[in-house]
Amino acid sequence: MTSVHALLQAAVPGSEPHAIPWFLFTLVKLIVVFSVYMVGVALLTLAERKISAWIQDRHGPNRVGWHGIGQPFADGLKNFVKEETYPSAAYMPLFILAPVMAFIPALVTWAVIPFASPWDSRWGRIEMALAPLPIGFLFILAIASLGVYGIVLAGWSSNNKYSLLGGLRSSAQMISYEIAMGMSTIPVLLLAGNVSMNAIVNQQAFETWNVLNLTIAFFIFLVAAFAETNRLPFDLPEAESELIAGYHSEYSAMKFSLFFIAEYANMVTASALMATLFFGGWDIPFTLWDNVAPFTFLKTFLTLGCFATKILFFVFLYMWIRWTLPRFRYDQLMSLGWKLMLPLALGYIVAVAGTVLTLDALGFARGSVPFHLGLILLNVAAVVVLFILLDRGRVISPAYSRLAPREVARLRAVSTPSEASLLPESGD
Amino acid sequence: MSIGVKVVERPIEQTSYVRATLTGMAHTLKHLVNPERVTTQYPEQKESISKRWRGTHRMLTTEDGKAKCVACGLCPSICPANCIKLVPGEDEKGNRYPLVFEIDEFRCIFCGYCQEVCPEEAIHVGRHYENAEYSREGFVYDLERLMAQTHPVCEMWDPADPRGE
Repeated sequence: MTSVHALLQAAVPGSEPHAIPWFLFTLVKLIVVFSVYMVGVALLTLAERKISAWIQDRHGPNRVGWHGIGQPFADGLKNFVKEETYPSAAYMPLFILAPVMAFIPALVTWAVIPFASPWDSRWGRIEMALAPLPIGFLFILAIASLGVYGIVLAGWSSNNKYSLLGGLRSSAQMISYEIAMGMSTIPVLLLAGNVSMNAIVNQQAFETWNVLNLTIAFFIFLVAAFAETNRLPFDLPEAESELIAGYHSEYSAMKFSLFFIAEYANMVTASALMATLFFGGWDIPFTLWDNVAPFTFLKTFLTLGCFATKILFFVFLYMWIRWTLPRFRYDQLMSLGWKLMLPLALGYIVAVAGTVLTLDALGFARGSVPFHLGLILLNVAAVVVLFILLDRGRVISPAYSRLAPREVARLRAVSTPSEASLLPESGD
Repeated sequence: MSIGVKVVERPIEQTSYVRATLTGMAHTLKHLVNPERVTTQYPEQKESISKRWRGTHRMLTTEDGKAKCVACGLCPSICPANCIKLVPGEDEKGNRYPLVFEIDEFRCIFCGYCQEVCPEEAIHVGRHYENAEYSREGFVYDLERLMAQTHPVCEMWDPADPRGE
C-alpha cells in the first residue's frame, strides 16, 4: 500500500505525472471521450433529421421523448434486434470486417486532437488529448487515408454491382481529394513550424487564427473534408438515385448502422480538424487568459466548451450544405478535384512560402503585426482572384462545355457537308 | 464536349457556382430559422372532415335502446358490394327485427346506398375514419357493435344546398 501511495504522490506542478496517475488519467480520458463521442454521434443523427426538417418546413422526429430526443436510442435498439441478412455470394470475412474498418479510423484520429487546455492537477500536468503525440499531424494524415478501405471493401465484398460501383467511386473520390487535403494543410505547417497539434493551436492562439491568414487553404480543406466524409454535395458513393445505396446496399441491422455511425463520426472528426487547424482549436478568441499558466480546471472546462462550440458549428455547416446543394456529376467531381483544387493548393503553397520568405528577408519577425498584415494582404488578393475573377462558370463546369468560335469552325471544316448541315445554324 | 450543342453565353450572375451556392444557402437558412410549417400534428390535431363523409357504419337506436331496423331487407338488396348480411326475425306482436345484422367493412365500398334506401333511418354511414383491427374478422361488425358506435353520421347532402335534394 505504501508503494501505491508513493506512486500516487503529488508531482511538481507543470511536470509530467508519474506512471500510475498518468495511466489512470489516460484511462479516464479514454472512457469519457469515447462515451461522449458515441452519444454525440447518436444525437447528431437526430440533429441531421431535425435540421433537414426545419429547412424543408417540416417538424422532424417529435414522437419519442421531448422533441424526439429519444429517437436515436430507439433507432439503435431497433438496429440491435433486427435480423441481419448475409448475401450468399458475399465474401464473408471482408463483408463483416468492412463496417468496422469504416468506423475505426474516424475514432482513432481523435487520439491526437487536443480538445481542451492542459490541466495542472496535483499529480502533474494532464494533457487534454488522448495521446499528445509530437507528430500528431502526420498521424492524422496517415490514419485519414485508411477510411476509404472500409467503403471499398464493403462495396467489393457485397458482390453486388451497385455496391461495387459505389466502392469504386468512393476510392477514386477519396484518393483525389486526399491529395488536395494534404496539400492544403502545408501552409498551416509553414506558419506553425511544427507538426504537433498543440503547437499549431498555440501558434494560432498567440498570433491569429489560420482562417484569417490562409482562407484559401481553409476553403480547400473544407471542400476536401466534405469529399472525404462522403457528404453532399460529394455523396457519389451512396448516390441513392443512381446506386440504390451504393456500398451499403447489402448491409442490414447493426452493420448498416455502423456505416452511418462511421459517417457521422467522420463528420465530427473532420469538424474537429477544421477547428484545430484553422479556427484555433480550443483557444478562446480575443483573450490569452486561457493559453498561459496556471492551467486551472476552470480553463480546461471553458476551453472544452469553446472547442465543442466550434465543432458543432462545423457539423451544422455540414448539415446545412447537405440540405442545400445537389450532388455533383462524376466528371464535375473529378475536374474540381484534379483541375482546380490540386493546382490551387500547390500554387497556394508556393505563394504562402514565398510571402513568408519575403517577409522574413525584410526583417519582420514571425507573429509581428507587419508579418500578419502581409499574409492577410496576400489572402485578400487570393480570395478576390479565386472567387470573383476565376468564378465564371469555371469553378464547376456546367453541363455543356464552351467551344471557342475558332474550334467550332475547325470542327465544321472536318465534318462532311451532310453532317455539317445537321449542325445548328448560328446566325448566318 | 458535344458537337452541335448551341452554347448560350450567359452573364456571370447565371453561371457562377459560388454565387448560386451562397444564394441557395441563404435561402435554406431563411427557412431554417423561420419555417413555414403546414404539418397537421395528426393524433393530437385532426383535420375537420366533410359532413358528407361516408365512413364506417352506425346503427341508430330508439329511445328504449333497440335498433331502429325493421329487417325490411332493402339495404342488403341495394348493396352493390354485397357486404350486408341480414336474417329477419319476428316477435310475438308481429314486429320484424334483425336476428343477424352484419356488415363486412372490408367488402363495403362506402357508397352510402344503405343509408339512402333505409325507410327507418336506422343504418347510417359515419363520419369516421380511424379503423384498425388485429384481424380480418374484426372488420365484420355485428349489430351490437354497429349500435355501440358513437361517431356522428353522414348527412348525405348539405341541407343548405338546394342542389343536393
